[in-house]
Amino acid sequence: MKRMAMLVAAGALMALPLAPAKAETPPDTLVMAWQFDDIISLDPAEVFEFSAAEIMGNTYERLIGYDVEDVSDIFGVVAESWDVSEDGRTITFQIRQGTKFESGNDLTAEDVVFSLQRAVKLDKSPAFILTQFGFTADNVEEKIVQTGDYEFTFEMDKAYAPTFVLYCLTSTVASVVDKDLVMENDVDGDLGYEWLKTNYAGSGPFAMRQWRPNEAVVLERNENYAEPTPLTRVIYQHVPETSTQRLMLERGDIDIARNLGPEEISALESADGIKINSGDKGGIYYLGLNQKNENLAKPEVRQALKYLVDYEAIADTIMKGQVQVHQAFLPRGFLGAVEETPFSLDVDRAKELLAEAGLENGFSVTMDTRNTPDITAMGEAIQQTFAQGGVQLELIPGDGAQTLTKYRAREHDIYIGRWGPDYQDPHTNADTFAANPDNSDDAAAKPLAWRNAWEIPELTEKTASAVLETDPGTRATIYQELQKEVMDTGPFVIMFQEIEVMAMRDNVNGFVIGPSFDANQYWKATKE
Amino acid sequence: MALTDTAGGGRTRALLSVSGAFARFAFMVAATIVGLLAVTFFIGRIVPIDPVLAVVGDRAPAHVYARVREEMGLHLPLWQQFWIYVRDVLHGDLGTSVLTSRPVLDDIARYFPATLELATLGTVFGALFGVPLGVLAAVHRGGLVDQVVRVVGLVGYSAPIFWLGLLGLLVFYSQLGWVSGPGRLDVTYEYMLQPVTGMVLIDSALGGDWAVFKNAVSHIALPTALLAFFSMAYISRMTRSFMLNELSQEYILTARVKGVSERRIIWRHALRNAVVPLITVIALSYANLLEGSVLTETVFAWPGLGRYITNSLQNADMSAVLGGTLVIGVVFVAINTVSDLLYRLFDPRTR
Amino acid sequence: MAETHSPARRPTWREWLTDTEPASRGQARLGRAYLAWRSFTGNPLAMVGLFIVVGLVLVAIFADVLATHSPIAGGDLRTERLKPPSAEFWLGTDHQARDIYSRLVHGSRLTLMVVMLVAVIAMPVGLIVGTVAGYVGGWVDAVLMRVTDIFLAFPRLILALAFVAALGPGIENAIIAIAITSWPPYARIARAETLTIRKSDFIAAVRLQGASTARIIARHVMPLCMSSVIVRVTLDMAGIILIAAGLGFLGLGAQPPSPEWGAMIAAGRQHIIDFWWVATMPGIAIFIVSLGFNLLGDGLRDVLDPKAAK
Repeated sequence: MKRMAMLVAAGALMALPLAPAKAETPPDTLVMAWQFDDIISLDPAEVFEFSAAEIMGNTYERLIGYDVEDVSDIFGVVAESWDVSEDGRTITFQIRQGTKFESGNDLTAEDVVFSLQRAVKLDKSPAFILTQFGFTADNVEEKIVQTGDYEFTFEMDKAYAPTFVLYCLTSTVASVVDKDLVMENDVDGDLGYEWLKTNYAGSGPFAMRQWRPNEAVVLERNENYAEPTPLTRVIYQHVPETSTQRLMLERGDIDIARNLGPEEISALESADGIKINSGDKGGIYYLGLNQKNENLAKPEVRQALKYLVDYEAIADTIMKGQVQVHQAFLPRGFLGAVEETPFSLDVDRAKELLAEAGLENGFSVTMDTRNTPDITAMGEAIQQTFAQGGVQLELIPGDGAQTLTKYRAREHDIYIGRWGPDYQDPHTNADTFAANPDNSDDAAAKPLAWRNAWEIPELTEKTASAVLETDPGTRATIYQELQKEVMDTGPFVIMFQEIEVMAMRDNVNGFVIGPSFDANQYWKATKE
Repeated sequence: MALTDTAGGGRTRALLSVSGAFARFAFMVAATIVGLLAVTFFIGRIVPIDPVLAVVGDRAPAHVYARVREEMGLHLPLWQQFWIYVRDVLHGDLGTSVLTSRPVLDDIARYFPATLELATLGTVFGALFGVPLGVLAAVHRGGLVDQVVRVVGLVGYSAPIFWLGLLGLLVFYSQLGWVSGPGRLDVTYEYMLQPVTGMVLIDSALGGDWAVFKNAVSHIALPTALLAFFSMAYISRMTRSFMLNELSQEYILTARVKGVSERRIIWRHALRNAVVPLITVIALSYANLLEGSVLTETVFAWPGLGRYITNSLQNADMSAVLGGTLVIGVVFVAINTVSDLLYRLFDPRTR
Repeated sequence: MAETHSPARRPTWREWLTDTEPASRGQARLGRAYLAWRSFTGNPLAMVGLFIVVGLVLVAIFADVLATHSPIAGGDLRTERLKPPSAEFWLGTDHQARDIYSRLVHGSRLTLMVVMLVAVIAMPVGLIVGTVAGYVGGWVDAVLMRVTDIFLAFPRLILALAFVAALGPGIENAIIAIAITSWPPYARIARAETLTIRKSDFIAAVRLQGASTARIIARHVMPLCMSSVIVRVTLDMAGIILIAAGLGFLGLGAQPPSPEWGAMIAAGRQHIIDFWWVATMPGIAIFIVSLGFNLLGDGLRDVLDPKAAK
């Protein structure tokens, strides 16, 4: 038995140096390491997660697109042109001819109308982006109507600002699906829902071939796409540990590492054969101060806490390269975004304000903190500076789902969170930071203002009026006023805007980092 | 682990009582599993995580939220939800995971073989090295091998596994390039494999794809080595202790007096008697690797069962958690039952 | 022991303790303990283990004196972050510019607390369940062992995770969760031991004298099972520390910024390649303490478990 063990041992040792001398991914394949355990569906009518949104953006086409460099530049993708009726309530779209789905079917107005109606009827999480224009499962067939092979009309309940409507149609929920293919897989009238969750029926530059949850997503070139992509294949590999992602990138087993931390990025900046790309994202990091807490409900306290965060130091150290200081609820690049940052760490000012509130000796408060490294690190840094002002902050760690459950039930004191816009129109964030139609506990809508029990009837009305304002200049002014109001008095300590950083092998070119995840594009990416 | 000795005798009688008790065992196994499911189920329901969130996300409007909640059956009383679940399980339906949008059975069919492959290799190598080392340590008590076993055991017991895992990747993958990196196969080979058993090594060997096989070996080598190390630490220690026990028995002395060679005494007589408790130990360490390798799976991006359950739990995806727990629970129960049977069979004192 | 008793001279403590004919139960017990201590001190590795564990206790007691910096308050983020070990920061600083040495010193309190409380909660539960099941037998045994099996069959880290999630995060709840997952093996060991001794002659003798079942279990069965359970518990200490670290690693153990060692490793793992000391120092601390408990457990086994000692 001993001899046998020796033999096995020798065998095992000899088998060890098995890996190829030089690791390299195939030249026509782009391999990315990314944490994508958030994907629960690949049906564009349901997708609402960052990673799935990026996949949708590269595999499906939407009616409208925007220039990722200049978000205000809107153009048709599936739509060739559009006309707004005089009363401003109906838009007539002309569909571009000659587009084919990956299946070989022609893309016509029938598919577009089907896709929009389907999203409304299925009524999944992102459906509100469409239903906010007055559609319901019952009326959508009369409101979104096919009027020709390549023409349809889109009739809304009010005369919304056209740019607002068009931006909403750039989101993934407005992706066009292949009606014939989807309906072949219809089971008991589910509009192909069960099937499309894990399958593909689109016309984008890449076709989704395979999704193995927590393992890999494989995309392949769509040969029917107008401009065939240089890459044959794109593979997302789920690699949960960031240190592992880094080692794989250094070794050349992957082309892009998507989740590296600031220190890992700085270490790779000088590494051979690796380059760092980054781009602004719309995500906003903020603290939500629950107004049900009697201390946090005092205006001076809200103000004081805004002076007790060392924005600059956090952005320069713990979150270096991952965030920039930003204190308004609209991210840079949005219509009317305010870029001033009036708050910085000022302990004396904060103490004065606390004294005015009758809290000379400070107070104790808790903060629900997601247990990811970046959020925890920010929480600890904030804890330090709060303490300087006499505010004892207790951090309560938890999983994402756990802290979120508590936040949505308004059981927190302070919540440290990240909010990403749902589409590129300012209404998406105004509607959550500056609107709270019903502050009762069983309200139907639960925007961030509601979650922090901030009762603001006037601001709510103002936010609602902004979407009906057709003049872009006036509209921008309204949003600026809203942001300033929230900045001065609101229960949100808005701190940072997110930057997305990727480390990639230096032979990768043409990967575009857009302002939102569904705008990260790689259909022109190459590897030389 | 009880250090029971294993004198033979009375085995026929034991066998009879065993076959008689078989029905009782089957009942006990069923009771354990139902209990396991009940505990998991109710823990899952008191966890303050909203399972609906995993499906609809944070942004869904209230009516969508309410509808999904109803679809998931969460509006029913707890006992009714549990009854529905157990009824479905009896019909072979483990439900659908909300995180992967697939039937839990399909998920397990994919994740379990990945874990099984890793844990099996880890245990096999752990035992192949651990048992002889343990025997040698017992024979040369206080000698060099004994000290090595002790140190290896202590490192295995005391070192955080993810730390060693990252270190291993850094040295053998990043610096030396001896093994392939995280994942089960290089991306180039992913398509060449026809899944049969779900275990990459076996599938590639069945298909005769030796290039794929070699690649799979280079991927699995490092995590296997790590798990084997931990299981070896445990097995060698326990072997040493069982062997010390056996070597102090009278029959060993008798054999020595009779002039049986020392090698034969150790490897044939003592080890044979130490084998029963040892099988239990190896089986337990195997079961531990099946569920306890969450951190290894994380470091090596291994799509295994441990991580599947943890991830599902963190999102209150209860069908997935219950399904995974069921599989691991059945393995544990089987192992405990077998070890109980073996004790009854071989140790006259426990009857 | 060759000396004879001289009525003129009171025996020395040593003689009294090693007397082969003890005059009282107390003397016999103390004598046994003394002999065990002697054999224990004769084992250098066990002494190293004891030394480490005592050291841990001392560090925990005198943490305030030993620490050079605050374990909680960080330094300047821009200038004192992620510094390597130096004269100022003996073991370097972490990502919040805190002194790792001072955090380790204060963290010893948490480690000690976890280990002691888990032992205090889990050991009696395991002992009682195991001895009662083993001694009473029948349906009591069946029920108790099914319950034990249910808990044993659970994926351990996952059960702990579930309990922490249900109870809310924090070190106290982590301790309860670990205790809940730790007792089943002790119950099984105690039961196995009980099965082998319940048929022995002396138990039969006690029963004939009319002792109640509860008394037999408490006074005669439990003490005999105690040694193997204590040994197992001591050997498990390392595992308990690591599970606590695992929970800390998953962000569900101690609350930040408390210096729990597992949480320190977790926070440092992002920097493991470039700033090795951040994760390595607490790793070494866990290793040393686990080592201490293991060596101590081994030594105790040799002394208390005569079967393994020969």
